[in-house]
Amino acid sequence: MPAPFEYERATSVDQAIGLLERLGSSARLVAGGHSLLPMMKLRLANFEYLIDINDLHGELGYIRLSDDEVRIGAMTRHRELLESDVLAGVFPIFADAERVIADPVVRNRGTLGGSLCQADPSEDLSAVCTTLDASCVIRGPGGAERVVTMEEFHVGPYETAVADNEILIEIRLPRKNFKVGSAYAKVERRAGDWAVVSAGAAVWLDAGRIVDARVGLAAVGPNTTGIPEISAALRGHEPSEELYQLAGAIAARSCDPVTDTRGSADYKRHLADELTRRTLRTAVERARS
Amino acid sequence: MQVTMTVNGTEYTREIEGRMLLVHFLRDVLGLTGTHWGCDTSNCGVCVVWLDGEPVKSCTVLAAMAGGHEVRTVEGLANGAELDPIQEGFRQCHGLQCGFCTPGMLMTCRALLDKNPDPTEGEIREAISGQICRCTGYSSIIRSVRWAAVHEASKEEATAQ
Repeated sequence: MPAPFEYERATSVDQAIGLLERLGSSARLVAGGHSLLPMMKLRLANFEYLIDINDLHGELGYIRLSDDEVRIGAMTRHRELLESDVLAGVFPIFADAERVIADPVVRNRGTLGGSLCQADPSEDLSAVCTTLDASCVIRGPGGAERVVTMEEFHVGPYETAVADNEILIEIRLPRKNFKVGSAYAKVERRAGDWAVVSAGAAVWLDAGRIVDARVGLAAVGPNTTGIPEISAALRGHEPSEELYQLAGAIAARSCDPVTDTRGSADYKRHLADELTRRTLRTAVERARS
Repeated sequence: MQVTMTVNGTEYTREIEGRMLLVHFLRDVLGLTGTHWGCDTSNCGVCVVWLDGEPVKSCTVLAAMAGGHEVRTVEGLANGAELDPIQEGFRQCHGLQCGFCTPGMLMTCRALLDKNPDPTEGEIREAISGQICRCTGYSSIIRSVRWAAVHEASKEEATAQ
């Protein structure tokens, strides 16, 4: 059981922000709780107040599609992301990732916003959002909103750009007027475990050529990493095995893995290479179909 | 703090600490010890109960979060003396050995059958991938779920006729 704290329940986004303003850094928002509560039980995190935002699911649980972007509310649960036909139609990378996040029962509770705010370096949805060049909408006191990139959002491991009196409310994924394909792959020790290494890829094609491509890696650095050099190397070319090989090699030398119980740094570089090739291959197949 | 929730159709109001987990509320406060407490880290799945009809791991949900909501535990599965078909399936096909994982398995598998009345072996394995059976009785658990699926289907057919 966690150390003692006071429980508060928020009924709207602005009321939650009001509570955060009043309670300051002694308070923390809890959504699904499947990252935060275990950390509190292990005494890795400790707060005087927990503000339960599960009642905000009505306000922040949505997937909205327009011509130029997809907007996903921060309280959208893993199961909803997995089961969304709208999302699978545009960005199948979400379903790929959700299938390997924890297990079905945990996915009933965990949320997109909670996953991103946990900012674990091996977190799958952060890698997905990095791959898709997502923007994060953060709301503060007085309804003030600011929009930051994924790179700006993740300040460091378990650290985000969200201030003590702010809340992440939405993720925006840009859509481009080209054929798009995306995919996610993860190597894990057992079903539902954290990644040894995982990779996401998104490819945009026009007349058979790559207009843009992005690769996002997890568990090989202090945060999930997008690799601009891969995008630069792929743009303007026709997809080919040689190109995937080149991208894999860039991924392997650009990442920063550490040797730990999940594997050696060399093994993880090998995985970054292989998973980058595989996800690019699948993403291109999906863009063409 | 005071929390009020409905468990297996009965409303309970109790004074609790904010940090109390739902699994402890059910077991220690209400005395409903059918729900087991295992790994305490959301891995093993023995503590699965339903929150508003969805299976959740009750060692990672605060009791306070369930305030105003509906909880269903393994004690709420049977209809009086009549076992739920999923319970009967576990009985017929030896779905339990030591029985420790059984309450969580039953709740997860009942929820699976409600959504998907005719699951394949693969779908059953996927559904229980967050549940650990330490006796490694997975094969008989899968047979038990299939038994329940088949018997529910034939029962429904009989009722329809």
